[in-house]
Amino acid sequence: MLGFLIRRIIQSIFVMLTVALIAFMMFRFMGDPVNSLVAENATTEERDAVRERLGLDQPIWVQYGRFVARASTGDFGLSWRNARPVSTLLSERFPATAELVLVAAGLSLLIGIPLGILTALRPSSLSAQSLQLLSLIGISLPTFVTGILLILIFSVWLGWLPSFGRGTVIDIGWWSTGFLTVSGLKALILPSFMLCLFQLTLIMRLVRAEMMEVLRTDYIKFAKARGLTNRSINFRHALKNTLIPVITIFGLQLGGLIAFAIVTETVFQWPGMGALFIQAVSFGDVPVMAAYLVLVSLIFVIINTTVDLLYAVLDPRLRVDGTKSAH
Amino acid sequence: MTLLTVENLTVAFPGRRGTVNAIEDVTLSVSPGEILGMVGESGAGKSMTGAAIIGLIEPPGGITQGEIRLEGDRIDNLRPEAMRRIRGRKIGAIFQDPLTSLNPVLTVGEQLIETIQTHLKLSKADARERAIDWLRRVGIPAPEARIDTYPHQYSGGMRQRVVIALALCAEPRLVIADEPTTALDVSVQAQIIALLRRLARETGVAVILVTHDMGVIAETADRVAVMYAGRIVEVGSVAEVLTAPKHPYTSGLMASIPRIGPRPDVLAQIEGAMPRPNARPEGCAFAPRCPHKMDICLQQRPKLEGSEEKSVACHLIEEVSV
Amino acid sequence: MTTSTLSRLYDSDIAWNFRHSWMARISTVTLLLLFAAALFAPLLATQNPYDISQLFLLDSELPPSWVEGGDPRYLLGTDQQARDLYSSILYGLRLSLIVGFASVVLAAGLGISLGLIGGFVGGMVDGAIMRVADILLSFPAILVALLVNGVARGILPPDQHADAAIWVMILAIGLTNWVQYARTVRGSTMVERRKEYVQAARINGVSGMGIMMHHILPNVLGPVLVIATINLGMAVLTEATLSFLGVGMPATQPSLGTLIRIGNEYLFSGVWWVVIFPSVVLVILVLAVNLLGDWLRDALNPKLR
Repeated sequence: MLGFLIRRIIQSIFVMLTVALIAFMMFRFMGDPVNSLVAENATTEERDAVRERLGLDQPIWVQYGRFVARASTGDFGLSWRNARPVSTLLSERFPATAELVLVAAGLSLLIGIPLGILTALRPSSLSAQSLQLLSLIGISLPTFVTGILLILIFSVWLGWLPSFGRGTVIDIGWWSTGFLTVSGLKALILPSFMLCLFQLTLIMRLVRAEMMEVLRTDYIKFAKARGLTNRSINFRHALKNTLIPVITIFGLQLGGLIAFAIVTETVFQWPGMGALFIQAVSFGDVPVMAAYLVLVSLIFVIINTTVDLLYAVLDPRLRVDGTKSAH
Repeated sequence: MTLLTVENLTVAFPGRRGTVNAIEDVTLSVSPGEILGMVGESGAGKSMTGAAIIGLIEPPGGITQGEIRLEGDRIDNLRPEAMRRIRGRKIGAIFQDPLTSLNPVLTVGEQLIETIQTHLKLSKADARERAIDWLRRVGIPAPEARIDTYPHQYSGGMRQRVVIALALCAEPRLVIADEPTTALDVSVQAQIIALLRRLARETGVAVILVTHDMGVIAETADRVAVMYAGRIVEVGSVAEVLTAPKHPYTSGLMASIPRIGPRPDVLAQIEGAMPRPNARPEGCAFAPRCPHKMDICLQQRPKLEGSEEKSVACHLIEEVSV
Repeated sequence: MTTSTLSRLYDSDIAWNFRHSWMARISTVTLLLLFAAALFAPLLATQNPYDISQLFLLDSELPPSWVEGGDPRYLLGTDQQARDLYSSILYGLRLSLIVGFASVVLAAGLGISLGLIGGFVGGMVDGAIMRVADILLSFPAILVALLVNGVARGILPPDQHADAAIWVMILAIGLTNWVQYARTVRGSTMVERRKEYVQAARINGVSGMGIMMHHILPNVLGPVLVIATINLGMAVLTEATLSFLGVGMPATQPSLGTLIRIGNEYLFSGVWWVVIFPSVVLVILVLAVNLLGDWLRDALNPKLR
């Protein structure tokens, strides 16, 4: 278990160093940072002085080392677009994205798992069949089209829910939350629903497939032969075995939620990190892009490591000897 | 009074070309405390008969004819909830593969206690006591400690002991053991059979022992039913059936067992293969392979006839007795 | 193709499967219609939406022809710049499919080459390729595509962004999607490499390149075709998403995604048709490709997940 943990952490560090390398290369080769710091008519000497001050005359691996050192303290310099510190920009935007993604993730689990169980337990019922068809459409529907449809129906035609922004937010320290006001909660409904829809269909299909697989196993048949109640067989014996693999996939997909928050934030003009990233991409604002990349990668790595550990805790076969026993 | 009677039981599965009878016209009975062996090749319908008795035939299959009575009451037409209460409490089951029969994410204790509490009105602590007691009875060392461990921490033979404890822990009157030793090492097989026999004697539970191993039957069972192509061809006391088999298929089966002692030149072998349920010939299903087949065998299905001591479904017997 | 190969094709499992799957037939017919519409867009369109001289500003924001206030000249209505929506969609579909196909070709070419090299050479080269693939795979495709896009934009001067957009898109999407091809091809290559005929060919002095082309490539075409089909749906969707986000095709050269973005900006003025019609076409296109891909995967190789 400890060996597993250490292996996992080394792997994570390797991934983060690679991502930092990509970010560093972006800095190094996209535009000359010196140009943005000196006057246009600067002499070669002046330019060299700046170069030296920035450490750009050093060997490339020294520069990379310095970049990693600064990045690990959260220092990515100034945005090329509006000259504010990138870390400030990101920390202002982080709560909006975090709240959106958390709500969407929660919704997709809360709705997806019961629907998956329902369709697995009664696969031939009408509701299960129509859910299965709907999920196929749900997977093919581009997320931004879903978002636009939601706005068209609930904001434009019915006028029930706001179509942009976070509503009224309350600041708690540096964190701004929309959870504490009615308008903030109302503003969350459409964006989080749009974001969770794809995830929801995925989880539903996954739970269904996994559960049907489990219900065919010998230990479920043996549980039936012992006269255990359907409730216990479905929700105690089958569900636990179903959810363990679902957790892994969900962890991986959480990264997808963060990425697709970019689209949701654009559709609903949600003031999160994704919207900031899109602006950075369209203006070629390297510091913001690089910082976003590193931050998001860090979140991915943390999620994946947590999921692996959780898996090991939940599956007793992994808990003791670290290897899955043969079936 | 008999514990279980099965009369003219037919289980059918709908197929592409009409329904197919997996077992046909099966009649047998089990007395309290008796061990009934069921033998036959794989696909002969032994396991299907067991599944029918315990009410666990996979849809779309189902019982189309006949009845099953437990202690005089019909159980083949019960509602699912009523049948559930019988499973585990009145009829237990032991499955073939101990590696896959136990839920990997629940401890042995959790599975035992849940089964006990489902059927008996016991507090959690009492159920736990009982679970530990059962683990001890099936020969698990240090049951107080092992009760809280997971199935993967047990060896195959130990797991099968746990399976047996699970099947017996609510004290059923009958247990159906479906090839309980097939998946185990040869050295462990004998121990498990001995355990089963001992527990049957101690608790008075009747056992239907499904196996294809004649040796196990000879050592363990009181009576034996021989199945062929979904039908019972011969049933009777072990002594009668094994030493003086009347049906040509049983004789063939006995002759094909290798023995220690003077060896015949060739091990006897029955020519051909058992027909699949959807290709059962008219008349006697064994006729195409039978060395003594007559014209009538191809036209008319022989009935299972005889005494309590022994019944045979073969035209040869009828001819002799007529 | 001779009649015998034709009839053999007709009798093959896959053809039988095709004739008996209404899903496969419907999606194929739909796709062929959409491909034809894209191919013959200049002939089918009533105006060239890129040509400003053909636009009459007075005709802007006209609803579809069957709605009150609609103009029979504009079947599906017009947008803010008086572009005929029907023509714009045809041209947009064309662009979406060009980007989709080109990026699939790029991804497949790159993935197959890297997979062959990795599987055949092995060692450090293989390790490096597969590490990159692993890392790429741990990031959502849309993020990688956005990043490549952003880097390209950073390198190019701003006044060239619009002209280079189509190439940037192809590059961004193609670079994102090669991993699956590489993994599949690498796996088959490693299996084939150990076989005796390859060893024999090597001993006989046939070059590595020759062995790969002759023996290994034909074996992986089936799985590659399946991946490419599923990939096409993803590529079209990624293109549409990037364009919708405003970092894909520019408004002067709108793809389906760009059209939806433009329509989205005017959603509140009641101009629903500019957003709805391109969306419907996009959804039908992606759904048809996905259904065909699903069917192809099952039909070609049931073992391929």
